[in-house]
Amino acid sequence: MADRYRDGVPVVDLRGAVALLGNFPALAGVDLTVEPGEIVLVRGPNGAGKTTLLRLCAGLVRPEAGSVEVLGHDLVHERRSVRRRVALLGHATGLYDDLTVVQNVHFWARAAGLSAEEATDRVGVAMVRLGVAERLFGQPVHTLSAGQRRRASLATLVVRRPELWLLDEPHAGLDQAGRDVVDVLIGDAVASGATVLVSSHELDRVAVLGPRVVTIAGGVVVDDTGRGDGGGSRG
Amino acid sequence: MAELRRFLGDAWLVAARDLRIEARSRVVVDQVVPFALLVLVLFGLALDADHRTLRTFAPGLFWVAVLLSALLAVHRSASVDQSDGTLDALRMSGLPPSSLFLGKAAAVFVQLVLLEAVLVGGLLVLYGVEVVDPVLLVVAGLLAGVAVAAAGTLYGALASGLGVRETLLPILLLPVLAPVLIGATRAFDDALGAAAVDGWAWTGLLAVAALVVTVVGALAHGVLIED
Repeated sequence: MADRYRDGVPVVDLRGAVALLGNFPALAGVDLTVEPGEIVLVRGPNGAGKTTLLRLCAGLVRPEAGSVEVLGHDLVHERRSVRRRVALLGHATGLYDDLTVVQNVHFWARAAGLSAEEATDRVGVAMVRLGVAERLFGQPVHTLSAGQRRRASLATLVVRRPELWLLDEPHAGLDQAGRDVVDVLIGDAVASGATVLVSSHELDRVAVLGPRVVTIAGGVVVDDTGRGDGGGSRG
Repeated sequence: MAELRRFLGDAWLVAARDLRIEARSRVVVDQVVPFALLVLVLFGLALDADHRTLRTFAPGLFWVAVLLSALLAVHRSASVDQSDGTLDALRMSGLPPSSLFLGKAAAVFVQLVLLEAVLVGGLLVLYGVEVVDPVLLVVAGLLAGVAVAAAGTLYGALASGLGVRETLLPILLLPVLAPVLIGATRAFDDALGAAAVDGWAWTGLLAVAALVVTVVGALAHGVLIED
């Protein structure tokens, strides 16, 4: 995993990052450094800027000021070269209602650059790993429950084997079994060398994984303590 | 060569996806095609069902029906990538925007060809037209289809980005397609024997329009879906 970006380079390196939602500064100068293999729990009240922070790291929000580097690339000029290596689970699922679950996951695997054979192999593995029932594989997505859609959405990310996971409330809409699957997924991602930034109100669940805890409020990092076993340096 | 193959493979991936979605949702088959036929019927009623008049104006009426129906198909195509975070997922996928554009335009093109084929049947049955030059008819229809699909995909992305696609798309797209309407109508005038014009010369104009709008669309699509 380490050879995919330069050794010693943080996975996420934000310095004075400012991002606007309309005219509102959702991020007002964030400094944050995340090292490879860390699990970082981003917490804060509603409207604190957690989602914008994750979308900024995904290259979906343009920084207005400051420096934003992800996987060693400047996101102002090199967003497209980074995105394929990053997975973002947001509030939406990124699924096409009129395609089946398998067609959706297979499409996103192919879109990420996998060959048809690789995609087919990984789709089956990902669906089993996410606990998507086999009877649902051929079902159109619009017939699924919210929890099933969430699992299918996660499967579209698992097949890509990203180096950086950005998870925005990943437990939302899932039953107990689904939440357990997400926890295992996060653990497996880090075990394989990936880095995880997770925004969640379910602090107890994520705390079990021993994350570094970053608190954000008013668009700035107000606390960066409570680091667990994830290691890495403070931003 | 490998890059070209990958580029075309990505475009095919997107086109196949859009066509699968259409095959399941049947929006074009169940809604757009009937709408187009309805437009032809209404034109016929408005012109008092006089076959000689209808034959004279059939090429223009055909292409107006195609363009109005194409608006629906284009809107549908653009909305596919606006639902439930799919546009963000596309941005994150790393698919080249030009491949995305080409794939979406190709899927719209296939649907337009189907639409044109049904409408030609409508002209034969409802308006009593005769095809004088079938080769010209097919070539002009295909080239105009490329131009409409490419311009529609480009402006569909533009209107979607502005967040007012339902209302703004016709105002943006129809003026751009006016040269295509003129060229395709003149070519069909010749192909259907409705007027003594050089249909192949107008088909040349359609070829240029199709090429230009496809190249511009492939180059501009990235900016539109990002910003």
